[in-house]
Amino acid sequence: MHDGGKILTGLAVFLVLALLPFWHNAVGGTAAAPQPKIVTQEKECVAPRETIRSTHMELLNTWRDTVVREGTRTYMDARGKTVNMSLTNTCLSCHPNKKEFCDACHNYLAVSPYCWQCHVEKKESA
Amino acid sequence: MRIVLALVAVGVLAGIAWAGGQSPAMQAFLAIVAPYVAIAVFVVGIGARVIGWARSAVPFRIPTTCGQERSLSFIRFSPLDNPSSSLGAVGRMALEVLTFRSLFRNTRAELKPGGRLVYSSDKWLWAGALLFHYSFLAVFLRHYRFFVEPVPKVIAVLQGLDGFFQVGVPVFFLTSFGLIAGLGYLLARRLVDARMRYLSLPADYFPLFLLLGIALTGIGMRHLWKVDIVRVKELAIGLVNFHPAVPQGVGPLFYVHLFLVSALLAYFPFSKLVHMAGVFLSPTRNLANNNRAVRHLNPWNPPIVGHTYAEWEEEFHDKMKAAGLPLDRE
Repeated sequence: MHDGGKILTGLAVFLVLALLPFWHNAVGGTAAAPQPKIVTQEKECVAPRETIRSTHMELLNTWRDTVVREGTRTYMDARGKTVNMSLTNTCLSCHPNKKEFCDACHNYLAVSPYCWQCHVEKKESA
Repeated sequence: MRIVLALVAVGVLAGIAWAGGQSPAMQAFLAIVAPYVAIAVFVVGIGARVIGWARSAVPFRIPTTCGQERSLSFIRFSPLDNPSSSLGAVGRMALEVLTFRSLFRNTRAELKPGGRLVYSSDKWLWAGALLFHYSFLAVFLRHYRFFVEPVPKVIAVLQGLDGFFQVGVPVFFLTSFGLIAGLGYLLARRLVDARMRYLSLPADYFPLFLLLGIALTGIGMRHLWKVDIVRVKELAIGLVNFHPAVPQGVGPLFYVHLFLVSALLAYFPFSKLVHMAGVFLSPTRNLANNNRAVRHLNPWNPPIVGHTYAEWEEEFHDKMKAAGLPLDRE
């Protein structure tokens, strides 16, 4: 084998890089899937659970645009009830535990929404 | 016809995954068996190809030269385009691997009116290839977030840069666009020009369609038809920890994405895509051009047995003497 040393070194580097997630988990260990903690007594959100889970970011984005650009704050939700379009006053009133609720999944998936560049994070007792 | 063949092949793969994603038995195959088989085929296959190349003979240095060779001290030479040392060869390889220097030299031949053949510089292939490869690299690295917990800071920073313009929610990544644009260009390049169409084979179209399928299903899952991403990460972490479980409530689109990726990995070592490894083992590029400075011996040359005149004269001494020929020894 011509230049065998160099080629085998290259192959070793390839193996390390191509299978990096395997090595990383073998060395670093793993964490369980997040369990976002729901503390509210309310039974329903403004949309069914599955919808909220998949598209809450789009809902919040629409709310922001509607409030900031049109000045409207009333939202007719899936149950036919009107709610105040507000992250701080509506969403966070049921889910004041940002660290255990929002951040649980967001951190797990390395999602860093820019909500908190404008909104104040409420101080949490826990 | 050749393009249809490739499109149908990708369509069949996607169809299998779409249908299979809805039956529990097939879900286990698509989510667990196929990825493991694909990774094994990819790693072993690439390794086997590289070992195969490494075993081939290198009797002589055959670098393609793109600049003045090093010779006399007063002649300026190109250390990167015609390297005389290993360091230069490394530099040349780095330029090739990181910036696609050989594509930068791409030219275009055009027949002008009056039968005049004109060659001109054509940087589009170079630009399209750069766009595609770097976008794909970034997309590939971004997916690392699904495989480890906690997610490394580097990946978060990369995501931040990629989504710098904060277009839409979830943020539309620049490289998502770059990947589609790059693949779109590479496909259009083969379709627009009749000569390129004539040269293109199913093996050229298939990877493009496969990658387009992967990119479009990925973007679709992020922006249009959401899947439960937490379950997806659980599956990914399960796979790399060897205790995978079929994720519940993940849409069929995810299975299409995953199966196309598995197909890509398994297809990799047997196709043109193996240039990922092959570029490093190109003897026309990874060797220093020192053929005139260093003597290279062909390793399988038969041993040359010398036969001097003195020995020859010794052998035929009697016959020469009988014929009256002059002899050195006497």
